[in-house]
Amino acid sequence: MALQTTSRVIPDRLLGPIGRSAIRWETLLLVLAAAIFLANALASPYFLDIWNLSDATFNFTEKAIIALALAFVVMAGEIDLSVGGTIALASTAMGEAAALGFGTPALVAVGLGVGGACGLVNGVLIARLGLPAIMATIGTMSLYRGLSYLALGDGVLKDYPASFGWIGQGYVWQALSFEFACFLVLAALAGLVLHRTVFGRAVRAIGNNAFAARFSGLPVERIRLILFLLTGLAAGLAAVMLTSRLGSTRPSIALGWELDVVTIVVLGGISIQGGSGTIPGVVLAAFVLGLVTYGLGLLNVPGIIMSIVIGAMLIGTIALPILAGRVLAAQRRS
Amino acid sequence: MSAPVPPRLADDLDLCGPVLRRETLLAAALVLLLGVIALRFPAFVTASSLGGVFNDSAILIIMALGQAAVLLTRSVDLSVAANVALTGMAVALIDAHHGLPLGLTILAAPALGLLLGAFNGLLVWRLGMPPIVVTLGTLTIYRGLAFVLSGGTWINSFQFSPAFLALPRTELLGVPVLSWIAVAVVAAAAIVLGRTAAGRGWFAVGGNPTAAAYAGIDPGRARFLAFCFSGLLSGLCGYLWVARYAVAYVDLASGFELDVIAACVIGGVSIAGGIGSVAGAVLGSLFLGTIKNALPVVNVSPFAQMAISGTIIIAAVALNTRAERRRGRIILRPAGPQTAE
Repeated sequence: MALQTTSRVIPDRLLGPIGRSAIRWETLLLVLAAAIFLANALASPYFLDIWNLSDATFNFTEKAIIALALAFVVMAGEIDLSVGGTIALASTAMGEAAALGFGTPALVAVGLGVGGACGLVNGVLIARLGLPAIMATIGTMSLYRGLSYLALGDGVLKDYPASFGWIGQGYVWQALSFEFACFLVLAALAGLVLHRTVFGRAVRAIGNNAFAARFSGLPVERIRLILFLLTGLAAGLAAVMLTSRLGSTRPSIALGWELDVVTIVVLGGISIQGGSGTIPGVVLAAFVLGLVTYGLGLLNVPGIIMSIVIGAMLIGTIALPILAGRVLAAQRRS
Repeated sequence: MSAPVPPRLADDLDLCGPVLRRETLLAAALVLLLGVIALRFPAFVTASSLGGVFNDSAILIIMALGQAAVLLTRSVDLSVAANVALTGMAVALIDAHHGLPLGLTILAAPALGLLLGAFNGLLVWRLGMPPIVVTLGTLTIYRGLAFVLSGGTWINSFQFSPAFLALPRTELLGVPVLSWIAVAVVAAAAIVLGRTAAGRGWFAVGGNPTAAAYAGIDPGRARFLAFCFSGLLSGLCGYLWVARYAVAYVDLASGFELDVIAACVIGGVSIAGGIGSVAGAVLGSLFLGTIKNALPVVNVSPFAQMAISGTIIIAAVALNTRAERRRGRIILRPAGPQTAE
């Protein structure tokens, strides 16, 4: 059964063992999401209400928006662990600006600006100075949140104008929240950019082999810089939404979010080594995680038990296909 | 008597001679730091105060040595602090509710830590999963299990047996046992990293996994052993932490994994693997520990500490990256005898 290939095909996404047996990762996620949805509907009579479903989107939309940007970073073979710190710093800046009497548009600009600046610093450290991404962003994670602690101590900022609340709490149409609508638009945009543009192909090429990409004439460093900048902007947007939704800023805001966001990206099938994965996978993974945590919440499961489930899903979704592939391979051999 | 001396493979790239080695530089930086503090606060650099700083840094030193082993093999263990929380909670519950002999209770901590480390290591070795994903997952699972074990309750100082709490503070020759344990672990780590096949394997695998495999060292197995080493030391610290602070709760040591990694990076352990030393990890831990202890003394708000550690991490990584880059970049590898047809 040794198949002789004549030309070497570089696959668009590196297929896992299950992928080779014609089941796509996204299909698996879709089935998982449907199963969790069904389980939720059976477990709680309140789940299928349209407003309840709308509420359910709030707890993962902000994380999912960051995950869309982080997917590009991971796709390029890098990582950004500083998104939680970026949110804290951006939110603190917005809080200080609000205390000075800035209006809603200015606050949004401050949030996005600080987020973008944080991303730019990451990008300069990693793409220009050549620091390893994981260490650089562990450092900036402490730095950004540390600056937030330095500014606020154990205080809280909550002088937000009334109109600011709409961003995180408003609805554009019926039960469709502004946040969720934003996410849908950005997801479509991210999918188009990654799968249909030269830029997306370049990101994938860098993740597959950064050296080859450089020798092919791609501006590898500039693209890396842009990716970190975009992730910072996404974190800034998430900070605007989260701050607006909570109506207050503490330095511990979005603590540990980097873990959840990375989990969404990896669960979505983006290889942590870079080079393979899809945006639909990331979107589905966001739904899976959101539904699991919301469903467990409806069942009164404490948050820390949910984190066990998330951790187990992160490991399980990667380990099970490998194990299944081994079993399949062993069967084929016999 | 002039037999040709075989060239020695340096653990740390000896680029600038022994005088400018990273460990020497770091030691000088530490002395400089102490000097600056001493200018205004002479009391900080008395023997007893410095002994206190070492004792405060003991847990960080022990865990940095475990992390260094993992980093050497081009892996990273983010689950060490969760490991401390889980093993600490487990031994606290054993001590508070079941009253096993103290020796058994204390031994249970490193044993459980070893198991947790081995689980990480097995996933990395047998399933070939990326270490960062594995330990990101087990980080939440282990801490979650600490909640499951305790039901979210705290174990407070009055619930522990007095002997359980007394051990780390007992003084031997005027130095607390906690410090002695750190000294013993440093000595043990020096032997493991420098003198055992497993330890040399970690350097080899981190330096060049392919070459290591050709030399008969299984990179996966080497990583597994490094994770076991890290888990063992984290488990030991689980007991030490709970006994020292006389309290066990789910969020114990939360975020401490970053301090541990920071200590390693400051100490010159390369995240890219293969470069690092016991002395570096110890000095990095002491540097971080000194800053943490000195901040309140020099009247800097404790809230500034996080930003300062972040800045130090970034600076240390930047220095490391520059040092490693001085080797020059190989653009085209020489066509060696690669006859793997």
